[in-house]
Amino acid sequence: MKLTKEQVLHVARLASLSLTDDEEEHFAGELSGILDYVETLNRLELPPPGIHVLEQSEEPTLLDPDTPRPSIRPEEALSNAPDHSGAFFRVPRILEEGR
Amino acid sequence: MSTEYEMVVGLEVHSQLLTRTKLFCRCENRFGAPPNSLTCPVCLGHPGVLPVLNEEAVRLGIRLGLALECSIHHRSVFDRKHYFYPDLPKGYQISQFTYPLLTGGLLTVRSGEGTREVRIHRIHMEEDAGKNMHAGIRDASHVDLNRSGVPLLEIVSEPDIRTPEEAVDYLKKLRQILRSIGVSDGNMEEGSFRCDANVSLRPRGGSVFGTKVEIKNMNSFRFVHKALLFECDRQAQILDRGERVVSETRLFDSSTGRTLPMRSKEEALDYRYFPEPDLPPILLDPAWIEEERARLPELPQERVSRLSREFGIREEDAEALVLEEDLSRYFEEASEAIQEFAGKGGWPVEQGTLRLVNFLLSEVLREWNRKGAGILVGPLSAREVSHLVSMVVEEQISLNQAKDVYAVCVESLKSPREVVAEKNLFQESGDEALGGWIAEVMAENPGEVQSYREGKERVFGFLVGQVMKKSAGKANPQKVNRMLKEALSR
Amino acid sequence: MSGLFTTLESFVKGRDERAFSIEEAVRHYLGRIEGLDSGLGAFLTVNPNAINRARQLDNRLARNPAHSPFYGYPIAIKDNMHVLGLPTTCASRMLANFRPLENATVVERLLKAGAVILGKTNMDEFAMGSSTENSAMGITRNPWDTERVPGGSSGGSAVAVSADLAPLSLGSDTGGSIRQPAAFCGVLGLKPTYGRVSRYGLVAFSSSLDQIGPFSRCAQDALELTVLVSGPDGRDMTVRDRDPQEMVREFDGSVRGMTIGIPEEFFGDGLDPEVAASLEQAREVWSAEGAVFKPIRLPSARFGVNVYYLIATSEAASNLSRYDGVRYGYRSLSSQTLKDMYQNARREGFGPEVKRRILLGTFALSAGYQDQYYRKAQQVQSLIREEFDRAFHEVDLVFAPTTPTPAFRFGEKLSDPLAMYLSDIYTISANLAGLPALSTPSWPTRSGLPVGAQLIGPSWSEGRLLRAARVLEEAVGFRTPPIAVQATGGKTL
Ligand SMILES: [Mg+2]
Ligand SMILES: [Zn+2]
Repeated sequence: MKLTKEQVLHVARLASLSLTDDEEEHFAGELSGILDYVETLNRLELPPPGIHVLEQSEEPTLLDPDTPRPSIRPEEALSNAPDHSGAFFRVPRILEEGR
Repeated sequence: MSTEYEMVVGLEVHSQLLTRTKLFCRCENRFGAPPNSLTCPVCLGHPGVLPVLNEEAVRLGIRLGLALECSIHHRSVFDRKHYFYPDLPKGYQISQFTYPLLTGGLLTVRSGEGTREVRIHRIHMEEDAGKNMHAGIRDASHVDLNRSGVPLLEIVSEPDIRTPEEAVDYLKKLRQILRSIGVSDGNMEEGSFRCDANVSLRPRGGSVFGTKVEIKNMNSFRFVHKALLFECDRQAQILDRGERVVSETRLFDSSTGRTLPMRSKEEALDYRYFPEPDLPPILLDPAWIEEERARLPELPQERVSRLSREFGIREEDAEALVLEEDLSRYFEEASEAIQEFAGKGGWPVEQGTLRLVNFLLSEVLREWNRKGAGILVGPLSAREVSHLVSMVVEEQISLNQAKDVYAVCVESLKSPREVVAEKNLFQESGDEALGGWIAEVMAENPGEVQSYREGKERVFGFLVGQVMKKSAGKANPQKVNRMLKEALSR
Repeated sequence: MSGLFTTLESFVKGRDERAFSIEEAVRHYLGRIEGLDSGLGAFLTVNPNAINRARQLDNRLARNPAHSPFYGYPIAIKDNMHVLGLPTTCASRMLANFRPLENATVVERLLKAGAVILGKTNMDEFAMGSSTENSAMGITRNPWDTERVPGGSSGGSAVAVSADLAPLSLGSDTGGSIRQPAAFCGVLGLKPTYGRVSRYGLVAFSSSLDQIGPFSRCAQDALELTVLVSGPDGRDMTVRDRDPQEMVREFDGSVRGMTIGIPEEFFGDGLDPEVAASLEQAREVWSAEGAVFKPIRLPSARFGVNVYYLIATSEAASNLSRYDGVRYGYRSLSSQTLKDMYQNARREGFGPEVKRRILLGTFALSAGYQDQYYRKAQQVQSLIREEFDRAFHEVDLVFAPTTPTPAFRFGEKLSDPLAMYLSDIYTISANLAGLPALSTPSWPTRSGLPVGAQLIGPSWSEGRLLRAARVLEEAVGFRTPPIAVQATGGKTL
């Protein structure tokens, strides 16, 4: 499969990665090569897919009891943040509401 | 609304669950705590953390499935839904996509004079996002992650709803069920019960769906009603002009009552759902589901049927009572007291129950809406109110007096018994006292008695008035009527 | 060699006989790191609290006997596992300043046993790579030939044990990231069964494939460390409740009567003749000890690399979505808008290999392509799994090369991602099938480069794998690279 620059740009946008023109070109070539390689899979006769990569057992799943454990302090929560304001994480103004 | 169109509505409800902790970590699930005080590496989406599924959240999901008669899947799978947003710490939401916990199900709603069955398409578990804040902040937004990871059930209906009234009734019934089985508090203001609507129009009687528009941000039943009406008009006008409705997401603006398009996205979203590799498929023990079935309390619809059957009240009245579960319990308790009073007073129970229902749905419900559940206890307990109602049945006081007494009780927190005594309100219904006053009035007004007997029935009112005056207003007016008529015809 | 001890057993003996103090043991290794690591680059962070902790442990030891063989034992940790008090960088600019708020489960268990963390080791950025050249913090050199790569992604942890900068270390293996550097550096590396060891506190690369495991000089030590860190912790729902003592029981004994499968697919074209010759010698050792060899077929294994680079990149693209510069990590100062914040952080914070894999994985999951790529890969994955299952009805273990060639030179494969990916061709299937696998040193090439022999077993058979490894290790003997033998002198005590 040959990836176009536009496809690379689209994927980069989905992944929130901005690429330079050179990078777009470069990755388009490189990813095409890798995709060509993995493409061989499409020639295989295959059984239907499983539901989940972690098919483990038929035992009921062990779930966690609903018992609170202490949270961390807000200062700790913010301790790695590049920017904060009071007890909030701070980001550039969000113009678009909802998602 | 243009009459040639039929509205087609499907609703998506996000309901927060009444668990003690979040869906994938054991931080408390609580509203209103200081910002970022209910977080941990897991719900902050730190590198290296893993989700651990809350048993109670699954249990509540099972309960809702039982209440709505859904298929409860013994095996369900979590998926990741990807998008970038500051309130979404991991860059994906853990949700269920291909294999949800629940599918199918049914909810019956009022439709005009009849009912309509709204099918539930699916219900899945997912985690809530945090909160972004903009108000009063210059050039920046703030993020609070206390809500990040709070468990949600997303309840998706089929597009079976046809009017704004049905939509509101669907939401009320759903909320009522969620509350009655302890799954959610259904609080719309605090955002624990949130609703989005998919709305389209089609020619009435048509079978093909029109282009649907998604409406968000309707945070009260009233706004849902308004938004749907507005959207219906808007789409009808577009169609009338021969144009096409654009498939988009619109926000309801409660200040104008209009829906507005959300800022357009640069491109369509691609959530790239795939099975969450950090969580194995969720396998449920069938015995657990049966345990929950046995533990399920009476559901609202069952309650309505039982109340109308057991107490002989109208279905609509029972439904109105059950809409507020506390009130329906109060009614049951009061009914038992009525039975007791009826036994003592030797009058038919049905008469008391009828008066009780009317009194609850008017006086008590009004005060309850105004002052909250506090008025259901203490001096205004079910037994006290039953006593008040039985005084009306026994004609000791009039209904109007009872209403006044109740209003005084609410304000003064005195019992009806006390207030009636203080105001000296007891009606005089005794044959002797009434007979005495009637005899006196007839003796004092021979001319009027004569006129009445000659056919001038107009003077009857005057004579009643005289009796009431003589009793200082305490005579039972119905009984005075009856006895005076008898006396005059002798 | 100049060390105070060579194995966990000899450490315990020396410690309990007070032949050395814990502080002396820790200083010994810190001294070696100081003397040798500037030329090797195995460590990203040396633990400034190590000596303090050693002293505390010594004090307690004066009053109470040690409760664990690991009491006072020095160990190195790959820099994608959290150790409180030390940064976790994943060798990425993105996390250069990240301070974890808690220990990884494996680290928690080590500390509880009394171990001393020497420091954090270099790796390919976010564990993506096979040479440790993708580290944003600089390369790590192979102690057997410093012009060659140590393998990756756990290159630092492999070098630490090979050059005796640490007697044991932990790495993580997603497609061979423990076994391949173990083979290149001449140490034992074990990837446990998926679900054996909690991944809590391991920065995720590919969640369904990642597994933490040990680097060691001998099978016995690998066993002890694996037993220590195994089992449920209530924080990783993919961990299964298996009794770790099962491994200890299965470790005892010889290979007599064992049936070892030889998949022809793993010994064909592309296998370096010197590696093949070394492995033939290994086979003879096991034969001589009474193992029976049997040819088997694993026809789908040749698609392992294809499958791996779709599944691992899809999961990675998803796992790495959290790096947005909001709660932690790199944020570009030039970001005025929200969109800039995301894009700049990720453009400037991630290196080229990470970007390449994010792009590939995002593409493989995107609308319209998911069926063709991600799902297809999953189907082939189940095929590989089934073939192994079938094989293990006939054989107890599978024997294969760990890598097609010995360690390659710096830069040799860096410009050709596909060639780099193919160096994992023999290790990937065990991850895809969730099976335990190890690489143990076989005889080196004529030029003295280490060669690894790989053993793959059915789920939960780590004890059996290590038993077979011990038989080979007794024949081959442990070899320390010359650079590490030329002592570090005076620093020791
Ligand atoms: Mg949702
Ligand atoms: Zn939390």
